[in-house]
Amino acid sequence: MDFGPHLMLATLEGAVGAAVLALTALGLSLVFGVMRVVNVAHGEFYMLGAVVAWFVSTAIGTHPALGFVGALIVAPLVAAGIAIAADRLVLKRVDYDPEATIVATIGILYIMQQAALMGFGPEARPVTEPFNSRIMLPLLDWSKGLPSFYYPTGWGAPSITSYKLFVIAAATAILISFWLILSRTKVGLIMRATQLDKETAQAFGIPVNRVYSLVFGLGAGLAALAAVLIVPIQQAHYLMGGDPLLLSFIVVIIGGLGSIRGTVVAALLIGLSDGIISVFFSPTLAKILATLLVAMVLVFRPQGLYGKKPA
Amino acid sequence: MLRLNGISTGYGPVQVLYELDLEAKPGEVLCLLGRNGAGKTTTMKAIMGLLPLSTGRIHLDGADITDLPGHEVPQLGIGYVPQGRRLFTELTVAENIEIGLMTRRKGRETREKVLDMFPRLRERLSQRAETLSGGEQQMLATARALCLEPSVLLLDEPTEGLQPSMIQLIRETVETMRSQGVAIILVEQRIEAVLSIADRVAFLENGRGREVVDVTTLKAQPELLQKYVGV
Repeated sequence: MDFGPHLMLATLEGAVGAAVLALTALGLSLVFGVMRVVNVAHGEFYMLGAVVAWFVSTAIGTHPALGFVGALIVAPLVAAGIAIAADRLVLKRVDYDPEATIVATIGILYIMQQAALMGFGPEARPVTEPFNSRIMLPLLDWSKGLPSFYYPTGWGAPSITSYKLFVIAAATAILISFWLILSRTKVGLIMRATQLDKETAQAFGIPVNRVYSLVFGLGAGLAALAAVLIVPIQQAHYLMGGDPLLLSFIVVIIGGLGSIRGTVVAALLIGLSDGIISVFFSPTLAKILATLLVAMVLVFRPQGLYGKKPA
Repeated sequence: MLRLNGISTGYGPVQVLYELDLEAKPGEVLCLLGRNGAGKTTTMKAIMGLLPLSTGRIHLDGADITDLPGHEVPQLGIGYVPQGRRLFTELTVAENIEIGLMTRRKGRETREKVLDMFPRLRERLSQRAETLSGGEQQMLATARALCLEPSVLLLDEPTEGLQPSMIQLIRETVETMRSQGVAIILVEQRIEAVLSIADRVAFLENGRGREVVDVTTLKAQPELLQKYVGV
């Protein structure tokens, strides 16, 4: 097999990673943007989503699709519920102090991780895809001077599963509806106003504490939703939250904290390059380059690609 | 009628106000005068429930509003034009107005009324607030507060840095609201503006309330200005 099919496969795999990463990072970015809270436990809400997806699909157990739909509904709700409780019981009590919330969310991280270890166990557990068929991919052929498509056959013929395409489509749909909610609805307007000036928002009747709880729950729900989408591909494990947390931080720093557009663009950049570099070189090199990019952004454009310069 | 009884407050461990008494009556403009740091803005924030009180009570039309959560105070009809305007800069003019309308669930009718008072804003509805000129931003900050159809209006240095035509517009707006029976508390630095619009003047010094006088008394005793403001 020559270079072209490899690149196409790597790009598609990268796009799956990018789609899920965009959802996860968006949750982190939203929480920081509105609440100025650096949520170190964000990856654990992702893990929680995957673990709940396993429990739900095991409990329902009749048909994988049924369990999957159940998990899509239940997992984000459970994660949001726990996040709202954490907001009320912990973050609000430390008055959203930037340093105290970092320490507090580190504590929440360990509590959730150990709770998962006790309740779920140390094994990685698979969740069956709701549907899965192999789709062969056409290749572009220039040999006759004009572009034409053909389907290679035999060993190494490029293909992707229908579920992976679904993940890309579902994540895109969620991102678009999230953007619509934020830009077109009253709830979105209230969240944006709170983000811009919380004191003035309160002086115009906006219950800032309730908005904070909602935002923290929404951020955790997005991470859980991303995990439900990825868990049929990756398996659920109690330590799975580390990588998405690191990558989400990389994405929001590159994209600019609090900027949705920046988060999506950076997630595409990091997700795709991660997929492509992992295929052609090694996953470690991919992480090294991503971290290097963060360093460069911090040195030359600290506000990120789309972030606003502090006044 | 808005009444403050012996309120003390501040920022964390720093106390700014010491047992301040104040009264704003419907259809009257009360001006707060004092040097920088006397506690004028802090008084406004305390009324809005943005600062916790260590002593004292605040009553609105006889009802005690001291312990209400901050976001419920504006819902009772207290409109606030903060110092420096504090617009939601990245939101459009229409969205800023929408936030004001949502405070007390006012609708289209209020919106039209407010936009009729500031026709310039109607031309700029889809523009982001930060792209407006200083005068237009002040119009928007005032319009946003009027969207509450307030019974009490707090204005913190609304004419700061504006050109004379804008100052005149703000002044006319204040007079209109007064004639409609709104109780107005105004923080204003320019003495001639105070003398021409205020009904009563309350002096603040180092966080303590001093004389509260009718504006006619103040005109007869300009030495009060020398004492508390230094002009």
